[in-house]
Amino acid sequence: MKPTLRGEVVWCQGYSEPGSGSDLASLQTRATVDGDDFVINGQKIWTSTAHEADMIFCLVRTEPDKPKHEGISYLIFSMKTPGIEVRPLTTMTGHAEFNEVFFTDVRVPKTQIVGQRGQGWFVANATLKHERGMLGDPVAMETRFQALVDLMHEETVDGQRAIDNPIFRDRLVRLQAELAAMKFNGLRLLTSASKGEDPGLARLIVKLQSCELTHQISALAIDVMGELGVLYDDSPYLRSHGSWQWGYMFQLGLIIGGGTAQIQKNIISERGLGMPREPKLAK
Amino acid sequence: MEFALSEEQCLLQDSVRRFLEQNSPLDKVRLAAGNTHTVQRSLWAGASELGIPGMLIPEDFGGMGLGFLDAAIVYEMFGRYVAPLPFLGTAVMAPLALMLAGSEAQQEKWLPKIAAGEIIAGVAVTESIGVREDAGVKAGKGTLTGKVLFVIDWAEADLYIVADSDHGLHLVLPGAKGLSRRALDTIDKTRSVGELVFDQVSAEPLPRSSADAVARVIDAGRVMLAADTLGAGQMMIEKSVAYAGERKQFGRVIGSFQAVKHLCAEMAAALEPSRSLVWYAAHALDEVPGDARLMACHAKSHLSEVGRFVARTATEVHGGMGFTDLLGLHYWFKRIGFDRQLLGGPELVRLEAAHLQGWAA
Repeated sequence: MKPTLRGEVVWCQGYSEPGSGSDLASLQTRATVDGDDFVINGQKIWTSTAHEADMIFCLVRTEPDKPKHEGISYLIFSMKTPGIEVRPLTTMTGHAEFNEVFFTDVRVPKTQIVGQRGQGWFVANATLKHERGMLGDPVAMETRFQALVDLMHEETVDGQRAIDNPIFRDRLVRLQAELAAMKFNGLRLLTSASKGEDPGLARLIVKLQSCELTHQISALAIDVMGELGVLYDDSPYLRSHGSWQWGYMFQLGLIIGGGTAQIQKNIISERGLGMPREPKLAK
Repeated sequence: MEFALSEEQCLLQDSVRRFLEQNSPLDKVRLAAGNTHTVQRSLWAGASELGIPGMLIPEDFGGMGLGFLDAAIVYEMFGRYVAPLPFLGTAVMAPLALMLAGSEAQQEKWLPKIAAGEIIAGVAVTESIGVREDAGVKAGKGTLTGKVLFVIDWAEADLYIVADSDHGLHLVLPGAKGLSRRALDTIDKTRSVGELVFDQVSAEPLPRSSADAVARVIDAGRVMLAADTLGAGQMMIEKSVAYAGERKQFGRVIGSFQAVKHLCAEMAAALEPSRSLVWYAAHALDEVPGDARLMACHAKSHLSEVGRFVARTATEVHGGMGFTDLLGLHYWFKRIGFDRQLLGGPELVRLEAAHLQGWAA
């Protein structure tokens, strides 16, 4: 824990697999027991920072005969362990923000398990809660919003600044009000957390709303720039190093990742509003 | 520093919730809606026993001396139960105008009567936000001439507070010579608004009037309308979830279909953060003067947008029944619609917010 807090150890998260996205609990990466070790075979995808990580926390199937949620264990091990291959995953942004990670007969001591065998799903849910909170960081959104305000004071069409265009300005202030709501919601969550209370809906809606709002901030910046908004790479006339187009694309990835917007709506309606779960298919 | 309601505030809100649940159920609201321009005297007397008309009025004048956050969470409950009561003008905007701009004598004369629930006070500030239909009043020597529209808590008012076109505030009595009054009928039958026409009507100026005082009265009104929409929207979501849990089609409750669940999730996701915005905007009116006006604009415009989305979506979740009079869901729909249009619609309010930040010439 301490080296991690000091920033000396970089971790990556081995959850999603090519066949297990929204239905994460169906994951197929196997860990079989051999003596004092687990032997891991399978593949993970969407693994941020895997190329520079020292350690991985990883969901693996240890009890293939149990129902899917009860057959998963949570292992932590070094990324230098023999048998691990990391391949960068290039996305629509043109950059490789994620990786694929392949495991071939990767041997990990049985003592590297967190929780008991078959309890990995519960451990993972605890970390997912934080991932979704982090994807909705209001401070990061405020920084992007301020950059948008600056942009709107700089960009001109026919000599008129974007901030002086009433339609763009109206969109800007509308986003500012939404941002204020998310910021104060964040403060409310902080107060709940400090008291050990469950804020319920106020927490469950963060990922869905924040990722959408961040995306809308980038969308307005692109619209403000007009034709210049499509410039990318190292083009002449490029604004802000192309970060708005990059953001618009990458943030769409964030709307999908960490539990898609549609999965978030299932969570909000089922856990937050107490609505019925999807009926299970007959087996 | 906590960002939450205090224990006292939770108790206050609960007591108002219980009062309205018992005394203003939907069948009573329906009856009241048939007489929009008649004050619901017994219900208002009950609210007065709780101290609601005087909640913002200092204890020296017989009030409770509470703050705007307290008023906002009370009005949230009024929205939740579509309460047909003259709270906005009488309990919030009029007392605030008297406290900010009135003389000691005016305060001593009127505030205790408002606090006791003895009088209704209408408030006319619409033209300070935007003039339509050639409205607006000019002040002469102790008189007003012109007309004002959308006077809040118009019906049976014992006193009107009227803003003239030069940031002056005036007291006008309903029986004053040369004053004519006309009701305006809106979609929302739970609250009364009307028109006042002045022909050399004698009026008593509030001596400490200023542009700032008028603006603060409007700010407070905007935050209250946002709180009303918050409460009404919350109720529409709860009604939607309950209905979707009962109504069956294709052999399943419709709430088990993602198409319906996701509508409910979208409503909750939009409304829940706006609760924190309303809290902060109301808190800022008392405690953070530098933030108050901008946050009042944000609360008003944002809740207007979220409210419209929730109102139409909740109606859709109820299907054809939501469109009928049978369920009465439309009372909430219309309450939210009224909140959006009064004291500045979202586009107008956002323009003000831009001005406040130096973003508009």
